Amino acid sequence: MSGPAPANRLVVPVVVLAVLLAAPPFLSSYVLTLLTQSLIYAIVAMSLDLLLGYLGLPSLGHAAYLGVGAYSVGILTSRYGAGFGTVLPVGVGLALILAAVFGLLALRATGVYFLMITLALGMVAWGLAYRWVSLTQGDNGISGLPRPDVPLPWSLAGAIPFYYFALAGFLLALGVLWLIVHSPFGMSLVGVRESETRMRTLGYHVWLHKYLGFVISGGVAGFGGVLWAYYNGFVGPTDLDLSTSVEVLLMVALGGRATLLGPALGAGIIVFLKNLVSVYTQRWLLILGAAYIGTIVYAPEGIVGAVRRLSEATEPAPARPEA
Amino acid sequence: MSPASASALSLSGLTKAFGGLRALDDVSLEIQPGERRAIIGPNGAGKTTLFSLVSGEQAPTGGRIALFGRDITRLAPHRRAALGLARTYQITNLFPRLTVLDNCLLAVQALSPVKLHLHRPLGRYRALFDRAEALLESVGLLAKRAAPVRDLSHGEQRQLEIALALAGTPRLLLLDEPTAGLALAESQMMVALLKGLDPAITILIIEHDMAVAFELTDRVTVLHYGRVVADGSARDVRADPLVQEIYLGAMGTA
Repeated sequence: MSGPAPANRLVVPVVVLAVLLAAPPFLSSYVLTLLTQSLIYAIVAMSLDLLLGYLGLPSLGHAAYLGVGAYSVGILTSRYGAGFGTVLPVGVGLALILAAVFGLLALRATGVYFLMITLALGMVAWGLAYRWVSLTQGDNGISGLPRPDVPLPWSLAGAIPFYYFALAGFLLALGVLWLIVHSPFGMSLVGVRESETRMRTLGYHVWLHKYLGFVISGGVAGFGGVLWAYYNGFVGPTDLDLSTSVEVLLMVALGGRATLLGPALGAGIIVFLKNLVSVYTQRWLLILGAAYIGTIVYAPEGIVGAVRRLSEATEPAPARPEA
Repeated sequence: MSPASASALSLSGLTKAFGGLRALDDVSLEIQPGERRAIIGPNGAGKTTLFSLVSGEQAPTGGRIALFGRDITRLAPHRRAALGLARTYQITNLFPRLTVLDNCLLAVQALSPVKLHLHRPLGRYRALFDRAEALLESVGLLAKRAAPVRDLSHGEQRQLEIALALAGTPRLLLLDEPTAGLALAESQMMVALLKGLDPAITILIIEHDMAVAFELTDRVTVLHYGRVVADGSARDVRADPLVQEIYLGAMGTA
């Protein structure tokens, strides 16, 4: 957990990154689209991993923060013609504020009650998006959103440039979250997950650590939401309904909690599965539920968790920092 | 009351009721700085409840707790820790899925503002690692630092409990049955470890093993049904007929 990752653990991520960088020209536009969606959902899944994996808090309302980020794009660009430079900080800032408010309510509970409260708060956010028609245009959503205007020599209108833009956003979120989970604060989150009572008597203000983790998680999800709206060119209530929250939760569980890259992998699997399956059936949620049950029963640590456990048998664990 | 002359721990009229049951009933105690005091008593006497009230994990029904002259009756547990209070648990309370070193790091950073740093990897904080490894060495666990705690023997976990409690350089240390469940040799190691602690640390120790209690402490307080029924030197308490009847007698003489 602590200390730098061993070099051999970096091999797979580096190869994957190289493939992600080199692949676009060889992919069909359909696959590229799914890959872009995966990268953006990976941001949201990793943000939930901070909560579920590291803090042990299962949230079923994470779509709310994605929604705030996405509606920030929708409202600010359609009404005020705001540019990316304004929308990004406002979107992330509003998601942080929403998480700061929701966190005050949700962190009064633990376990399944925490789950229920986050579910209820997520439904409140969905209800606002659906019913506050003057602001959100209700069920119709806000369409015709432009691609972000960034000071780059090329336009993000095309699929390939936007893919790289999403990849950059993914890497930024990954870098920030990686730093947080490997920091002293990140270690404290794991301690809270393992034993709140011990953390308290050691001298930790446990609530504060949970709260900060909750707020940061919401902010990162809001960042994902901003990219999502720019990608779709549209934002509507379906972006933040319950099934979105469930899908994100499944991405984390499937890929492997407390691994960051696991949930990112889970996001890719779910996005591709969802799109491939819905060609054949309308019963996507049924498949989703079955995948969830299968994960819990057969791979409770998720894919990356299981792979790590198998490889750790052969890998000596370094503990001493090099710095 | 100035901190210089104050008791390390002062309990006055401390009461904890669970419904109609008084787990602690009007307990008053003064522990002097540097004192080593044992709390003994049969199961259900209220010993662990007493610790939970002092550490702040449970709120008292009545009475007052002062730590080095400061009233901490309503203070949150983490604030008490910051004032120099540490405890161990009778039922080992560690982070079982984390490594021994990570357990220690969590304890070492607990009272430092570093615990809220999120912009640098923990691996860069060399001083934390040095302190954690020094602690592990002092309890004889340095060689096991990379092992997950759940893979340690029970005895090693008890030693790690001590290391975690010492991490914040406490002024008052509450030890809840440090030798519980240990084999004789392990128990002797634990006693040697505790005897070697800085004499400036005030220690309050719950102990079932009379020999251990009398070896580690100069003064013994006997709890029975939540009340203090005897208080004095080991010899006096041993000789007290009431104590012999309710406790030592039941256990066989120590």
